[in-house]
Amino acid sequence: MKYSSQMVAKPYFIFALILLAGEILFGLLMAIQYVYGDFLFPLIPFNVLRMVHTNLLIVLILFGFMGATYYLIPEETESELWSPKLAIVTFWVFLVAGVTTILGYLFVPYAHLTELTFNNLLPTMGREFLEQPLPTKVGIVLVVLSYLLNTGMTILKGRRTVITTVLMTGLIGLAFFFLFAFYVPDNLIMDKFFWWFTVHLWVEATWELIMGAILAFVLIKVTGVDREHIDKWLYLIIAMTMVSGILGTGHHFFYMGAPEYWLWIGSISSAVEPLPFLLMVLFAFTMSRERKIQHDNEMALTWAKGTAVMAFIGAGVWGFFHTLAPVNMFTHGTQLTAAHGHLSFYGAYIMIIFTIISYAMPILRGRPHGNCAKAQKVELTSFWMMNIGMMGLTLALSAAGIVQILDQRVGTELIGFMESQESIAGIYMVRGGFGLLVFIGLMTYFSSFFIKEEAK
Amino acid sequence: MTERITKSMAKNIYYGGGIFALMIFIALTFDTVQQIPERSNEVDMTPSVVAGKKLWEDNNCVGCHTLIGEGAYYAPELMNVFQRRGGSDEAVFKAYMKGWMAVQPIEIPNRRKMPQFNLTDNQVDNLSDFLIWTSKVDANEWPPTIEG
Ligand code: HEC
Ligand code: HEM
Ligand code: HEM
Ligand SMILES: [Fe+2]
Repeated sequence: MKYSSQMVAKPYFIFALILLAGEILFGLLMAIQYVYGDFLFPLIPFNVLRMVHTNLLIVLILFGFMGATYYLIPEETESELWSPKLAIVTFWVFLVAGVTTILGYLFVPYAHLTELTFNNLLPTMGREFLEQPLPTKVGIVLVVLSYLLNTGMTILKGRRTVITTVLMTGLIGLAFFFLFAFYVPDNLIMDKFFWWFTVHLWVEATWELIMGAILAFVLIKVTGVDREHIDKWLYLIIAMTMVSGILGTGHHFFYMGAPEYWLWIGSISSAVEPLPFLLMVLFAFTMSRERKIQHDNEMALTWAKGTAVMAFIGAGVWGFFHTLAPVNMFTHGTQLTAAHGHLSFYGAYIMIIFTIISYAMPILRGRPHGNCAKAQKVELTSFWMMNIGMMGLTLALSAAGIVQILDQRVGTELIGFMESQESIAGIYMVRGGFGLLVFIGLMTYFSSFFIKEEAK
Repeated sequence: MTERITKSMAKNIYYGGGIFALMIFIALTFDTVQQIPERSNEVDMTPSVVAGKKLWEDNNCVGCHTLIGEGAYYAPELMNVFQRRGGSDEAVFKAYMKGWMAVQPIEIPNRRKMPQFNLTDNQVDNLSDFLIWTSKVDANEWPPTIEG
């Protein structure tokens, strides 16, 4: 570790991992309720489980991004973080806000929660992924502002690199597009239209910049390839992201009340969206092949390559499956969407966080050469368990989606939603099994942290 | 392939392409915002419809259901529940909704459950009006069938 302020990344990483365990646990509970409707009902209805699951996901990614930023920004700018104290205070504020919100979901009926949290003054709640009470949303804005300030000031006083510029652009975009979460028009269609400005322009534009920057940073560190070369790749990746991802928002405007021209614009632009993810794969593997150094932390490079590949499969391939308007007519809002949602979020944003943690955590714990061989072996096992688990879960959901479409949407002998779901119960059990594998994989990963260094 | 592309070329595609895409996106956003009122029949958006939307959000119905294909996949699509359960007849649908909301949760062992929301008749009417309004939005022929 070159700069002592990098240390603030540590609590962010640890807490992100704890939240991930919680997220997956709630995923498993949902998987059970999917087939045994009485499980946990009426104690925790499905919508509450789901809210906890997806909100933990978003919050853990934000924690991960912040940890990653605070780790890499001092090294990139070659100066200490502007205010480590602010970073720590922000950590605790965000932690308390996050935990309180989750407890609120679990212990207060949602309709009552809306009343308690001033939702009648400025209604923003009750929309997918943006269920947070107003105080939490305001809290997120403050946390993100503090994060922007700290990062921005550090960049201003230090060296500027392509990585810092791309990261900063992504962060500003993240902050900006979250503001649409506060705009809830009475017209449902208008509401849906702008809802995607937060959701799509996060995952398929601004977050992709952040992901690209983190990936580039880790690749520089573990391959020793010179910066010029890395920079060119990074620009190329984010150029493709911008060109395809912004107008690609149109793939959500096919069938929700927006004009017809989105059928064309959305299909064509988003058909290009897999390209930046493909470039990330080429990037990771080319840099790995051309590496100048043999870093002892082999797992960091494994995660880096892994995230590129899994993001390409989840976002690129599974996204492409349903992104053309005539196909989306039949797949819209089915388990196929859930299949894609899982593998894309996992491959891109969970795995990039594993990548930076795998690289940075050993250094933060005083092991500049990475963890010992034994710990890396356990980590590698967990890597495969989680990847196979998520891939299996995705395939199961895809199968479920196809059956659902054939049952409800194709041909003349249609059956209703509930009947169709009952016929898919077996597949949902398989999904649950793979989900369990992901969870055990994560526990295995955790255990690798506790393997003692061999005496040298 | 990347040999022929220089760093500054890549940088220019990023800024140039990004800004170009953003401009088109903003222009189309303005146009869409102009068109949505007509496509969604905003003139029919009565106070009851607006109240229904608020109830929809306050009770987090979207945490189990999809509405026009967006939301959760645990329970039926509700954009066309007006046609499916109300036969496109407002009085029939409103009566159905009152009955439906009142009997929840339905005690069939291990069937997926919808909670009891304890809404007043008036509130259920608001929800019905909201769902009726939603069912008439021009969503480019979606959903493909009555089963949603
Ligand atoms: C915890 C999950 C959950 C929540 C929250 C929920 N529902 Fe449901 N809903 C269901 C389930 C499950 C079914 C299917 C029940 C069955 O067929 O036995 C259903 C069915 C329905 C149906 C009948 C659909 C059909 O085609 O038969 C309507 C109408 C409905 N819900 C309206 C609502 C409204 C309005 C809200 C919000 C106030 C709401 N639901 C909130 C789970 C939920
Ligand atoms: C890492 C990047 C991505 C993430 C995290 C992601 C995530 C998601 C999620 C969670 C949804 C469901 C939203 C909802 O609940 O309604 C979704 C929908 C969708 N995604 Fe992605 N996505 C990514 C990239 C892509 C790409 C690259 C494409 C296209 C090639 C794509 C195409 C789609 C389409 C068409 C839908 C709509 C599905 C429907 O109609 O139900 N996504 N995405
Ligand atoms: C890191 C791993 C995971 C990530 C990133 C993740 C992400 C998500 C996302 C983005 C959604 C919303 C999907 C959408 O709207 O399309 C979701 C819903 C869900 N997830 Fe996960 N999830 C993970 C693990 C799991 C696991 C292990 C399980 C269970 C086996 C699970 C079960 C579910 C269920 C049942 C839903 C609700 C689907 C519905 O709306 O009907 N998840 N998850
Ligand atoms: Fe999208």
